[in-house]
Amino acid sequence: MSACVAIGIDVGSTTCKLVAVDAAGEILERRVEPTHPRIEQQAERLIAELRAKVGGAPPVGATGYGRKRVPQATRSLTEITCHAKGAFRLARRGGVLVDMGGQDTKVVRIGDAGEVRDFSMNDKCAAGTGRFLEVILGRLQVPMIEVGALAARAERPIAVSSTCTVFAESEVISLVAQGEPVEGIVKGLHHSLATRVASLAGALPDGAEIFMSGGVALNAAMVAALEAALRRKVRVLSEPQLVGALGAALSLS
Amino acid sequence: MITRRVQYEVAGRLAGPALFRLEAWQQRVKKMRKGPRKSAIFGPPLECVSKLKELMGTHYLQGRYADGAVPVAWVTSGFPVEILRPLGFHAVYPENHAALCSVQRVVPELSDAVEKEGYARDLCSYARTDIGSVVTGKTPVGRLPKPDVLLCCTNICQTVLYWYRALAAHFNVPLVLMDTPFVYGEAKPHHRQYVRDQLEELVDVAERVGGKRVDPEELEEVVRVARDGTRLWGECLAASRAKPAPWTGIDGFFHIAPIVTLRGTRQCNAYYRMLLDELNDRVAKGIGGIVNERHRLLWDNLPIWFDVRGLSTLMAERGFNFVVTTYTNAWAEAGSRIDPADPIGSAVVAYTDIILNQDLNKRLDTMRRLSRDYSVDGAVLHSDRSCKPYSIGQIDLKQRLAKELDMRVLVLEADHGDPRAYAKEQGEGRLTAFMEGFS
Repeated sequence: MSACVAIGIDVGSTTCKLVAVDAAGEILERRVEPTHPRIEQQAERLIAELRAKVGGAPPVGATGYGRKRVPQATRSLTEITCHAKGAFRLARRGGVLVDMGGQDTKVVRIGDAGEVRDFSMNDKCAAGTGRFLEVILGRLQVPMIEVGALAARAERPIAVSSTCTVFAESEVISLVAQGEPVEGIVKGLHHSLATRVASLAGALPDGAEIFMSGGVALNAAMVAALEAALRRKVRVLSEPQLVGALGAALSLS
Repeated sequence: MITRRVQYEVAGRLAGPALFRLEAWQQRVKKMRKGPRKSAIFGPPLECVSKLKELMGTHYLQGRYADGAVPVAWVTSGFPVEILRPLGFHAVYPENHAALCSVQRVVPELSDAVEKEGYARDLCSYARTDIGSVVTGKTPVGRLPKPDVLLCCTNICQTVLYWYRALAAHFNVPLVLMDTPFVYGEAKPHHRQYVRDQLEELVDVAERVGGKRVDPEELEEVVRVARDGTRLWGECLAASRAKPAPWTGIDGFFHIAPIVTLRGTRQCNAYYRMLLDELNDRVAKGIGGIVNERHRLLWDNLPIWFDVRGLSTLMAERGFNFVVTTYTNAWAEAGSRIDPADPIGSAVVAYTDIILNQDLNKRLDTMRRLSRDYSVDGAVLHSDRSCKPYSIGQIDLKQRLAKELDMRVLVLEADHGDPRAYAKEQGEGRLTAFMEGFS
């Protein structure tokens, strides 16, 4: 195994992700676990575990909402910059990155040299984020792992508003009470979310490739809905949840 | 009446200045004992700030004794206050008062009071704050004088009309409206005539409330002072064309108070002369508003009053300074339009053709010009939940500025007055990501 040169940690609102990378930027080790309320202790433990695994004391780069709670980090950058760095490393080209995380959704335009050209994010509200799906799928008692297959079975999407997570939740309860099929509601949810992301993305540059990162990218139904809304092929980056942590590690090189 | 007048004059001429000079002296003694406060981020504080405190503090102190002593008008920020000065009015600016409440962080408490009465939280936070202050009688300035008349000009927004109607119902005093048609391209002659007719009527009303006629010579002199004050303010802002800018955009926000509330008075101009001298001196010595000016930015819209210091520090730590703002600049633009030889005619133009009353192309032109004049390399457009007229069109403005001037532009969602409408963590995250993009 090649030597680890840096560790990246992405303390998100839902999960805490860590990667250890070698000089070529390849991921040697990874850790993903739900974010604890005591971030400092969790980060310390996970960094110690990873250092023990890869040997030595490689420097740490931090990102995510909890980045300021990682005292071991020698550099701390926002998720926008880190996701762009990670995506550029994985895609080896510029393009438009859609990162759907637990708390926010970002659309980042990455230039040909890997630089952030522009970005837009959802407003303060959780509508349009992973949390939106989590809340409503929880209400429908649909496990995340089954979402893709379930939505694919739907005959047609049932319209669900995406303006507000709380309102959408009560809307879904009414739809269930009216006897609407769960598959249709699930598909409708993804459709509504994708439309919101598409409006965030605005006019896409011609020929720009669309990448997707963040935990929500693991949800096949979301990728399909996004492709339909954007009318473009969406390339899910490998290990999409780790893209931010990878960028944080790369920021040290 | 006579006692009240004596109190008013004593507060304005003796007590206010004495009180604030004493405070400034205490501060100086404290500073001498502790040694000068050195910041690794900001340049040395402006010396004349203590005079600004004295000027504005005295204005509010004097205001406590204004009703019963002199005619009192509550006016909107874009109202032609010049016509009131020769009549001896004390003018209260609810918007300035609301900004002060926001800096003092009392907006949620005042707003809660009006929300309980049925006002929606979606209303402008300035309106909620002021109506809340009136309803509860609470204000950080001690007391606001009861108005004899309310004077409202719609050149800044339409909300002011409804806000002032609520005030009129509360105080049971007349409300006079000056309606300025929104200008697309250039204002038409009938627009000008419409505004002129209202302004002439306003003079009549003001004379009746003030109990005397406007002396044309006095009015001409006030207008000359207002013009000079506006020009001086413009020169103070223009000092930031220098690199490094001698003060911060945040300093500029605080220094706007005299040109808004004391426009047309000699104290206002005397203060800006002092400020201009100090700024020019700093430019000559190469003293910057921030220590390490790496990037120069333009700010669009009102400030986030309750967090100006926090945001300024976040930016300054990374070498970013807002060297120009469309908001502070708006008060300098009128300098070329005000004409003492034609007080009414020039007021019609000056108060109709303001940035908030003109179409997006005019705003874009202004932003382009300011961006070039102040050599900025980025812009932050504050999408202000409380100020829809200022925030509408910012997505288009962002795209046009980014494309035409090849600069980085961020739209930041916040509010000018109410901290409950601002997600600080997310806001600072966006600003940080925006700044990271420069390196």
